[in-house]
Amino acid sequence: MRAAEATFPSQNVAPRTRNFYLVPYLLWMLLFVAAPIILIVYDSLFDVDGNFTFANYGHFFTPVYMKMTFSSFWYAFLITAFSLLVSYPAAYLLTRTKHKQLWLLLIILPSWINLLLKTYAFIGLFGTYGAANAILETIGIGRQQILFTDFSFIFVSVYIFIPFMILPIFNALEELNPSLIDAARDLGASPWTTFRRVIFPLTINGVKSGCQAVFIPALSLFMITRLIAGNRVITLGTAIEQHFLVTQDWGMGATIAVFLIIAMAIIMILTGNRARGRR
Amino acid sequence: MRSSLRWSNIYLWLVFIVLYAPIIYLSYYSFNSGGSMHGFEGFTLDWYKEVFADTRLLIILMNTLVIALFASVISTILGVIGAIAIHNIRKRTNQNTLLSLNNVLIVSPDVIIGASFLILFTMIGIKLGFASVLISHIAFSVPIVVIMVLPKLQEMSPTLLDAARDLGATEWNVLTKVMLPFIKSGIFAGFFMALTYSLDDFAVTFFVTGNGFTTLSVEIYSRARQGVSLSINALSTLIFLFTMLLVVGYYFITRRSRGQVSGQQGSGKEWGLVNK
Repeated sequence: MRAAEATFPSQNVAPRTRNFYLVPYLLWMLLFVAAPIILIVYDSLFDVDGNFTFANYGHFFTPVYMKMTFSSFWYAFLITAFSLLVSYPAAYLLTRTKHKQLWLLLIILPSWINLLLKTYAFIGLFGTYGAANAILETIGIGRQQILFTDFSFIFVSVYIFIPFMILPIFNALEELNPSLIDAARDLGASPWTTFRRVIFPLTINGVKSGCQAVFIPALSLFMITRLIAGNRVITLGTAIEQHFLVTQDWGMGATIAVFLIIAMAIIMILTGNRARGRR
Repeated sequence: MRSSLRWSNIYLWLVFIVLYAPIIYLSYYSFNSGGSMHGFEGFTLDWYKEVFADTRLLIILMNTLVIALFASVISTILGVIGAIAIHNIRKRTNQNTLLSLNNVLIVSPDVIIGASFLILFTMIGIKLGFASVLISHIAFSVPIVVIMVLPKLQEMSPTLLDAARDLGATEWNVLTKVMLPFIKSGIFAGFFMALTYSLDDFAVTFFVTGNGFTTLSVEIYSRARQGVSLSINALSTLIFLFTMLLVVGYYFITRRSRGQVSGQQGSGKEWGLVNK
């Protein structure tokens, strides 16, 4: 596909039609991509009463918001790390199964189910008398407070993000030439060395795009923090929602959003081109 | 070798069970006459009856479906136009710039999209409610359709269009008789993605929906915040079954059409866009 395009650059396309198609599309882009970003930046320069000020930015660098930002990054990091830890072996084993397409479909299916439903299910599962506590009691550990803890927050988040981590890693593993692994084995590498020196480096792009697909949404989770973490965990996303919909301090909310956008851009640059990982 | 194979199967089954357990748990207790998500007392269909007797809920369901259908149809049209526009651009760098701008809304967190749209609608003066929800659903579905349609356009040989033009087809004929039939499967996939995105969306809708208008996700959220109620379980089970039906149907339709066109196996990549 790429090679064909290189030899026949799309010069044959009639230029007459070009402008016609671009008009509605660019209009959409202007209104819903450019304008919202500009408006966020613009709004961050006003305080609650509508006066022009840089105070919001000053406010963001106070210990309260700094602490929140750091904890938000910390939680996002934990969620990403645990997702990777669970997903890499799962993706690897998936490529070894006989009916891998069917298995993959089964693993991906839950990601199509509404997020709210899955989160709601955990309220029941992790409740004081829920299944998780029933199991703990049978093993002899006894009833614990699971809901509204850091553990439950991270568990549910990892649960939700696992399919998004498995998929890019699976695709990267599928593209890996199996003869490379055989070659490593033939040359006397142990399974661990083969993994460390051959398999992992060659699938690093899949890992990167998986991490990107998990880390950015994890920074901005807000519904799970409310339902599962019971407002104990405050992420950047929760803070934005709080400012926009509860305290009505849009300026401050927009300021946090500006920083979230910046963080997002940095992560995307660090983890490489997303479009490449997806293709 | 044998034992390692067994261990790998156990691990996969474990992941599989953990992924499905919450949903099954939820559905199981939707038949509980006890009224809570523990201690199954007896089988009952009362919660389902309650869902169907709740007119407010049925209206919300209608709202959700109407929004999803309108949003996916309109965003499919806009997205196809956008994909053709990007495809028609001659300069490679311009094409890539436009494509990256296109992807901004796909990678942006929902909270940012919701907040910025809220500012936008208040500024333009669109009343929060049906219109604002519909417009934002269209807005965030367009780039997904573009992403689904563009590869199909790139697969199409430009000589095909030239041949049609040489044979005297008008631009409209080229579009409707040659181009659209060729990219049909991409359009269908885009439409389906837009539909599920719209049905699934919670965060963006939560921001731009006013007081009077609610969709299913937002309604479940506000009910779940008040604690467990088994009618939510019943509703969830119904939504779950509906989603499964939709996805499995989509899977088989695309699989069949792909098999006819190029005979290639599904690589799992087409599922990549489920990312939210």
